[in-house]
Formats: sequence, structure tokens, C-alpha cells
Amino acid sequence: MSEPIAITEQAVSDAVDAALAALATATDSAELRAVRSAHAGEGSTLATLNAQIKSLPGDQKAAAGKLVGQARARVNQAIASRETEVVALEEAQKLAAETVDVTALPSRRRIGARHPLSLLQDRIADIFVGMGWEVAEGPEVESEWFNFDALNFDADHPARAMQDTFFIDPPESHLVLRTHTSPVQVRSLLERPLPVYVIAPGRVYRTDELDATHTPVFSQVEGIAIDKGLTMAHLRGTLEHFATQMFGEGAKIRLRPNYFPFTEPSAEMDVWQPNAKGGARWVEWGGCGMVNPNVLRSAGIDPDEYSGFAFGMGIERTLQFRNDLNDMRDMVEGDVRFSQQFGMVV
Amino acid sequence: MRVPLSWLAEYVDLPVGASIADVHAALVKVGLEEEGSHDFDLQGPIVVGQVLEFVPEPQSNGKTIRWCQVRVAPEGQPAADGGADVRGIVCGAGNFFEGDKVVVTLPGAVLPGGFAIAARKTYGHVSDGMIASARELGLGEDHDGILRLSTLGLDPEVGTDALPLLGLDDEAVEVNVTPDRGYAFSIRGIAREFSNSTGAAFRDPVARVTPVAANGFPVAIHDEAPIRGRVGATVFVTRVVRGVDPTRPSPAWLVSRLKLAGIRSISLVVDITNYVMLEFGQPIHGYDLDALQGGLVVRRAAPGETLETLDGQTRRLDPEDLVIADDRGAVGLAGVMGGASTEIGDGTTNVLVESANFDPVSIARTARRHKLPSEASRRFERGVDPAVAQPAAARVVELLETLAGGTADDGLGSVHHEHPEPGSIVLPFGYVQRLVGVDFTSDETARSLAEIGATVEETSAGFVVTPPSWRPDITDKASLAEEVARIVGYDRIPSILPVAPPGRGLTVTQVTRRRTADVLAAGGLTEVLAYPFVGAAMNRAFGSPRDEEVPAIRVANPLDAEASLLRTSLLPGLIDIARRNLSRGLTDLGLFELGLVFRPEAGREYGQAELPAGARLPDAGELAELHGGIPPQPRRIGVLVLGNAVDKQPGQPAVPAGIADVLDVVRLVESALAVELRVAGGSHTALHPGRTAELFVRGADGVERSVGFAGELLPTLTQELDLPRVVAVAELDLDALLAAAGETIEVAPISGYPAATQDLSLVVDAAIPAGEVERAVVEGAGELLESIRLVDDYRGTGVPDAAKSLTFALRFRAPDRTLTAAEASEAKLGGAAKAGELFGATVRE
Repeated sequence: MSEPIAITEQAVSDAVDAALAALATATDSAELRAVRSAHAGEGSTLATLNAQIKSLPGDQKAAAGKLVGQARARVNQAIASRETEVVALEEAQKLAAETVDVTALPSRRRIGARHPLSLLQDRIADIFVGMGWEVAEGPEVESEWFNFDALNFDADHPARAMQDTFFIDPPESHLVLRTHTSPVQVRSLLERPLPVYVIAPGRVYRTDELDATHTPVFSQVEGIAIDKGLTMAHLRGTLEHFATQMFGEGAKIRLRPNYFPFTEPSAEMDVWQPNAKGGARWVEWGGCGMVNPNVLRSAGIDPDEYSGFAFGMGIERTLQFRNDLNDMRDMVEGDVRFSQQFGMVV
Repeated sequence: MRVPLSWLAEYVDLPVGASIADVHAALVKVGLEEEGSHDFDLQGPIVVGQVLEFVPEPQSNGKTIRWCQVRVAPEGQPAADGGADVRGIVCGAGNFFEGDKVVVTLPGAVLPGGFAIAARKTYGHVSDGMIASARELGLGEDHDGILRLSTLGLDPEVGTDALPLLGLDDEAVEVNVTPDRGYAFSIRGIAREFSNSTGAAFRDPVARVTPVAANGFPVAIHDEAPIRGRVGATVFVTRVVRGVDPTRPSPAWLVSRLKLAGIRSISLVVDITNYVMLEFGQPIHGYDLDALQGGLVVRRAAPGETLETLDGQTRRLDPEDLVIADDRGAVGLAGVMGGASTEIGDGTTNVLVESANFDPVSIARTARRHKLPSEASRRFERGVDPAVAQPAAARVVELLETLAGGTADDGLGSVHHEHPEPGSIVLPFGYVQRLVGVDFTSDETARSLAEIGATVEETSAGFVVTPPSWRPDITDKASLAEEVARIVGYDRIPSILPVAPPGRGLTVTQVTRRRTADVLAAGGLTEVLAYPFVGAAMNRAFGSPRDEEVPAIRVANPLDAEASLLRTSLLPGLIDIARRNLSRGLTDLGLFELGLVFRPEAGREYGQAELPAGARLPDAGELAELHGGIPPQPRRIGVLVLGNAVDKQPGQPAVPAGIADVLDVVRLVESALAVELRVAGGSHTALHPGRTAELFVRGADGVERSVGFAGELLPTLTQELDLPRVVAVAELDLDALLAAAGETIEVAPISGYPAATQDLSLVVDAAIPAGEVERAVVEGAGELLESIRLVDDYRGTGVPDAAKSLTFALRFRAPDRTLTAAEASEAKLGGAAKAGELFGATVRE
């Protein structure tokens, strides 16, 4: 134990002053710890004075206790307050030291993308599912019966030769790479109870060499609705709703007479693209018509009881004019720079 | 079909000043789509000139030019370009005489291809214009010299505008004729459609001639093998014209119309047959009568029979081919191409005209078989009006008489006509309205059908409609509905949105596929869509994990003979696309594809030789056969990564892509499908033997199946393919994964009691896969083990050679209480014991 010091106001006051003076020079946690130890810890003047109180005569204890106690409280409070300042200061320094250039941080995750043709197919499916339609599918290597015969293509009709078909070897197997998504029409009618409202998006094949506007492998979306009392007006209504969803308000449909073996009457459809780059315009979009009675007969449906419509359009072509793309090759070559412009949105 | 407007105007009232665009607009309305337009691409002043005199001037290059004085306007009057009436013109040709009338292109004129005429200095003279050849005017191929108008029988006034004189001011529309409308391959058909569209008056060219029923020329139809029960020729008309002058040229109007219609002028007689074909839609064949021996017979080719066709090729005929034969043998492939031996030649003076109607199917098959699509076969395939054969023959005779100086032998010819009359169709009242959705009046319906040439009779059952002879495509009431809708106009069809019954939405499979693609894209991969055509080597490398022949589907008519198989794996396509990207300097790639592969089973034949007929429901057996004949086409996920998975950046070294990245992708797929995949070391002959994983899934039946591979390509393969050394790939059978995915996810309750975490280090033989040790620990530790993670694989000091120390971080938790350390330790040792039992693992303290 250190030398006894008389518990005087002066002595207490000196000890407090010494503590406060030391505290003023403490600028970090280590110095602060040293000050706490020297001026408030065991062996500090105030601790020594405090320890002596118990040996004072009884009538002096209270006053001395109050005097020393207040002094200790004052010192402890000053230390605590200084500690808050130092901690804040140190934290600020730490944050400053941790500063990074947010424009130069490493990116650790590769960014991928969907193919815009797939995204467009998904979008089309969503539009029709929203109308209560369903999405049907079929094989890409298909029987000629589904691809042609059931669709009212006579074996010797020039329309069949005009399809530029890839035949599967041996040709006597009567298998082809489907030339359109229309075989899914008959498949759907065979599989589903009436009424039927389905679309069939998917890949199709024609023996065209790849160039800016042709590709031997491309995708189409086919739609077919068979119900009681369906007319060409319902066909137009469906196409106009679809066009509005795809091309915005103001889109409309123009029908021109045409020929397809599987529809009668048949029409070529143009769509009015209201927000086309370079100004609103009519664009050829696809073919459509009322399902030919012979197609219904192929699926065992009585054409006098049910009628319906079908339509089909190329998804590549739709993407091409919707997004103002010049060269179809970009869609098939798989250059990642093409898809990455779309990311996850088409 | 190309239609010169001057020709069209002969048979329908074209509005004054109607432009190409106006005509197209009218034809599109009735279903004849615009394909383009044609003209002679000439600009005047191009006038008739007369060569007054010329001086031959030999040149140092051996050529002799003529320095000509040419009158281009009547004396004393200004020429069409405002210049003098007589011009000095240098001409290189030597085929003309003083006094000849010629065509002069004056300065300011423009010839095809933008060739502008100006006065220019040449061979020491200023040539003030040009004397034109037929080829320079776009009127023919003849470039032997300049065009002398006298050879066309023309003697116009000097200074006359040569463009209208030669029909060079005409222009043509080109429309697409759909395969059901054979009749529209004629000026007659187009004129009728123009009339249907606009209401303009139509004059049927058939009405301008009077058919002559000549006979006496022996013709027989002997079809002993009709195709599909249809006799090869139902109409066969012949006429004989004698004394044709073979030296006469085709008149300019004929040449220019043929030219605009896309047909080259050959000789007057041939030009006339082509002209009538275009005008009436009836293919005409002309024979040199003197080269024929005896009469004609229409029959199928004899086995082994050959025929030299007009193109000089000797063709071996098929017994299904329909031929025209004389006493010596075949002289023509009926409706497709004539024979060389009876061809109209320079010396032909007596002509036999054939105007026939052949069976479309027979002609289509022969044209395809011999790869001989001709103007004639194109028309016969689509159906020619059987009623037009006789008038067309009369029209040919008329032109041979008036243009070629021939004389019809009215006594000689033949008429065979056994074409069935078109049947009538009952069109119930209201049917058209119900199908088209427009309230057509009865009158509109009847009038539209009358307009297309049908006869319409109103009965109590509805209209009874007999289609015109030129519309074999009209076979039922639906086709009549189309005619009414088309003639009245599709614009009348209103727009009504039908209400479908509530649907099921996308199926689970469809949603899952889409989610899988989204997740893979979000996981850093770019979706690609490769062509499915591959060569045998790539199918062999990737179609099976063993180096073996893989059954594949072959395309009979591939675009590229080197890629005639359909893919049995997605990886060849991904590799192709990776190589293309690499060649464009994109060196860090992550690609994926969701697509079909084509997996026929070994030894199985697909498809079927005989198909059911259309227009009727196949019976159950036929349907089963149709469905069973389709080869399996499962959907797969393919992945390829190469280059850096993470780029070198400040504070970040590059992380090269490898098998770890594709296994990460596999885990994304697990999450997207909610399936659990077991990763095990695998073996695939295209993959690195030490860096290949095989992936297994347990199906609903409890059986575990292989669903694919992940790994790095063999370095020898990447070198061969010009790829970087490390290329990691994965391929998973998406259909199999979907089949294994449960409908509903099983969920364990989440315990809120504190966890106890402990590490476990096990020393095992270095060859034992960590995954298997981990599975043993999981099994041995029991239910209390909540999570396990491999945190270290240590080899070296303290661990025996050929062994490794695997450290797992374990987290234990009980569902109903706070675990004690002792309980956790006991569970941990249970795990260690199982690993010890299975793999000889010892706990490393």
C-alpha cells in the first residue's frame, strides 16, 4: 500500500486535475487504458484516498467519503465520455482505411442470358395461357401422316412438294423433320376433349440454305381453336388480341386471301405494327384460316358440328421485325453477344 | 406469273392510268400476292432512224467501224432530243445497208443497267447517239449486229418513238399463284380475277376464237396403268397448219410481251405456242408434222424405253411416265417436255398443234422424277381448264395463219374429250355466314359465285353450285365459302375475341423447363439453339460414354452431306457454337442448350411404309402404329464452359473454368427441379479419365438411374477441335429428371433448439472419394446430424503416405431439446465408426 495521504480537498482536487489532464492527452484506446489504470485503477491516488476512508474517525467518514466518491465519479465519467469519443474516432479511421473504389470491384459472377427466341416463345405462351389456351407439343421427327396427309396435303399435290421437306432415311419410312408446327393440330385434336384451344410453339425444318432471311431450322407458333360456332371473326379477334399484346395498343390485323391445304377459307395475315422503328407499317406475319373439314375428319370430328380456326407464324420473323433485326444469321449462330443484349427480357 | 399490262388490258378494262401498284392492290385483294414488277428499264429519246450513208473506216486494232450519217427526224424538224435531224454516229456492226431503218438511242437516253447515252468522241469522230441492237434494248439475245426494223416487217416514219413501236414501253406485274389456282397461270385467269376484284368488264379470250372440230388425224388414248385410277389424258386436241414460213420473224409486240412474261423468244412458231399458253393457260406443243410417222398415241412408257427430250438429254423413262408416241416410239413426255426428233426447226413448214389435258398427278410425278419442272408441267400439276383445249388450239391456228403465213388444214386434226363434268355442290343457306362470321346477303353469295364463273341455282335446300371448268379446287362448301368471302372482301370480317374454357395453364413440365432455363441463365450461362445436324464422328464421340457406333437418324436429303445425322447428344452443337465464339475473340464462355436429341433404339425400324389415308380418323391399330413409329426424342440440358469462370481483376486472380463449374451448374439444375442428384466418379471416352462425374437420380420407383455426365473434355479431343485445353461440359436427361421429380416437396420441421457444432477429421486412403466418406458419416451419425460440409482435405506431415485427412464441419440439432456436448460427440463418433467400417477411416485427433 502506498504512503498515506491526507484526505484533503486539495489532495482530492489535485488528483482529479491530474486525471483530467492525463485524459486530455489520451487519443486512442491504448492511451485511454493507461490513463484509466493510472488515475482510476487500483493504486491510483483516488483509490488510495478511498481506501483510507475506512481508517478515519467515524464522524469524518461521511464527509471524506462524499468528497472522494464525487471525485471518483467525476473522473470515471470523464473517462467514459472520452472513451466514446476515442471509439468513434477509431471507428471512423477504420472505415476510412476500408474504403474501396466501388467502380473497380471484382465481379465474381458471370452474367448469362436466355435466347431471345426462347423468351419470345415464352412470352407468346403467356399471352395465350392468359386467354385460357393451353400449350401443346409434338415430336420434331414426325410421321408424314401428321405433317401432311392429316392436314389435307394430297401426296401428289404441288403444295406438298413446295414444303421443301427434309426426309428421313429411308424415305419409305414416311418420316420427316416436321416442316411446320401444324402436325400438333391433329395430335391435339386426337388427344384432347373438345373444345380445344391450344398453341404449339416449336422448332421446324425446311431445306433452305442459311442466309439473312432464311434458316433451315427455325421456330413457329401454331394456334388452333375448335369449338361450336367459331367463325373467321373469332380468328381475327384472337389475332388482334395477340397482336396488341405483342406490338402494343393500335396493332391490328389485315387478312388477304391465300391458300393452305389445311384451312378453307385461308388467309395471309398482315399486322399493323404501330411502334415500328421508322414509322408504323403493315408487316406480313403468317398464315391462317378456318380449319379444313378434312383436317377435322382426320381427327374424327364432325365438321358439321364443330368448326374452328388455325394460324401460324414464324418466331424468327416476328423477332426480326418486332426488334428491328437485319440478319437472321445472328439468331442461329449462337454468338453470345447477340443473346446478351437481351439478357432475360425480350 | 408475270402479266404485261398491255396484254391484261386486252381482256379486262384497265382503268386509264392504272399503275403497277394499282394493279397489284386489286390482285392482292383476291388472293394474288405481289411478287414484283418488270419493265424494259429503258428511257428515251429512242427513235426510228434511217441510215443515209456510211463510210467504212478500218482501225489499227483490225476492226472496221462505220461512220454513219443517220436521219433521226423528218428533214428540217428537230429530233426528239432537240438536236439536228441528221446525226453522225459511229457503229461497230456491219450487218446493215444504206437506207435501213434502225433504232437510234439519242443523247439523254438510258439503256438497261443505267447505261446513259451521250455524244462522245470515239475513233476520231463525235458519235452523236448509238444505233441499238436487239440485246441492247433488252428485246433478245441477238448481238450479231444492230436491229434492222425491216427484219421485223416494220417500216415506220423516221423519228417515230421506238419504245411504243416495239412494245418496250410496256410493263408487267408479277404475282404469286397459289397451288390451288392453276387457272391464274394465264392472262385469262388474271384478267378474270382483276374483274372480280374491281368490277371492270372482263372479255374472255376464249370468246374471240371459233373452235374447229377437225378430224382425220389418228389419235388414240391407251392408258393401261392409270395412276390412282385417273386416266392420263382426258382431252387431246390436234390441228394441222401447213405452209408456215419459217423465215418470218416474231413481231416486236409478241417478243416484248413474251420477254416481260419471262419467256425468251425462240422462233415464230414456238413463240406462238408459248404466247397462247400464257394467254389461255393451256400448254401447247407443236410438232414438225413431216417428222411424225403415222398418228399419235398417248400411253405409259414401255419398260426400258428412252426418249431424247428438247433439252438434248436422253432420258430413261419410267413405266409410270405418260408419253406421246408415233409409230416409231415416244416423241414427247406428255405435258412435261417434247422430244427432239419432232422438234419445230428452222425448216419446219407443216405443224401439228397439240392442245391436251393431262392428269395432274401423272404430270407432277413425271416432272419430279426427271427433275424437269417446265412451264407446261407447272400448269398441268395445278390443273388446266379442260374446256380451253379446243379454243386454245384455234387461237394457235389463227396466229400461225396471220403471223406465219400458214394455212389451217381444216380437215385434219382430232378431238378427244372425256373429261368429267364438274359435279355440283349444295351450299346450305347460312353456311357461309356461319363459317366466315359475316352477314352476307343471299344475293351477295349468289352474285359472288356467279362472278367466279360458277352456275348457281337456288333450291329449298340451299344454293346448288356448279363450279366453272377451270376451278377443280372447288370441291366442297368450305371452298365455296372462301370464294364468297374473297370476292366480297376479307375486310368485311369483324373482330370477335372468343372465350376459351378455363385452361390448366402451363403444365408442371413446361413451367419447370422454363425455370430451368431461367436458372441456368441467372447462373451465368448463355442459352444457345444449335442446329441438330451432325456427322458420324461427333455422334460417336458424344452419343455414348463408350467409343461405339450409336444408332442415329439419317436425313435422306441433307443440306450438308457431312452433317446428315440428327444429334444424339447436345454437346457437338455446343462445341460448334463455342468454336464460332472463340473465332470471334470471345474466350470466356458459358453456354447451355435445352433441346431434343434423337435416340432411335438399336435394331428398331421406325415409321411405316403405308400411311392411312387423310380425311378420316385412323382406326386404333393405325393410330398405335403411327405413334409407335416415332423415334424417341428426349429433351436434354447441355452445358459447356471454357476460359475463365472469373476474370482477373484488381484484387482478384483469374479463376479458370473447369469441372467444378459444370458441377455447380448441375446443382443449379437440382434446385430448379427439386431433385437430388448423386455425383460419382464416372467414365466417358470423350472426357478426361480423372475429371469425369456421372450423375444419378433415384426415381419414384426407388431405382437409381444414370441421368448424365459432367466433366472436362479429353485434352487430345480439345486439341483436335481447336479448343483451349480445358473445356468442361455436362449433359443431363431433362425428361428423366422431370420424371424423377416429386409432385410435392417433403418438408422437415425446423427446430428452434440450439445447435452443437463439431469438426471431425478422418484419415482414409487417398483414393476413396470424399463424397462416399461423407455419405458414410451421414449414415452413421443418425438423425441428430443437421448438416455436414467438407472443409479440408489435408495430406502431408502427420498423415500416412497415400492417405488423406478429410475434415468435416458437422452441425447437430435435436427437434425437441437442447443437445448436450456428449450427445453430439456420440453422434459424431457414430459417423466416424461407419466411415471406419466402410472405408477403414480413423479419427485424426
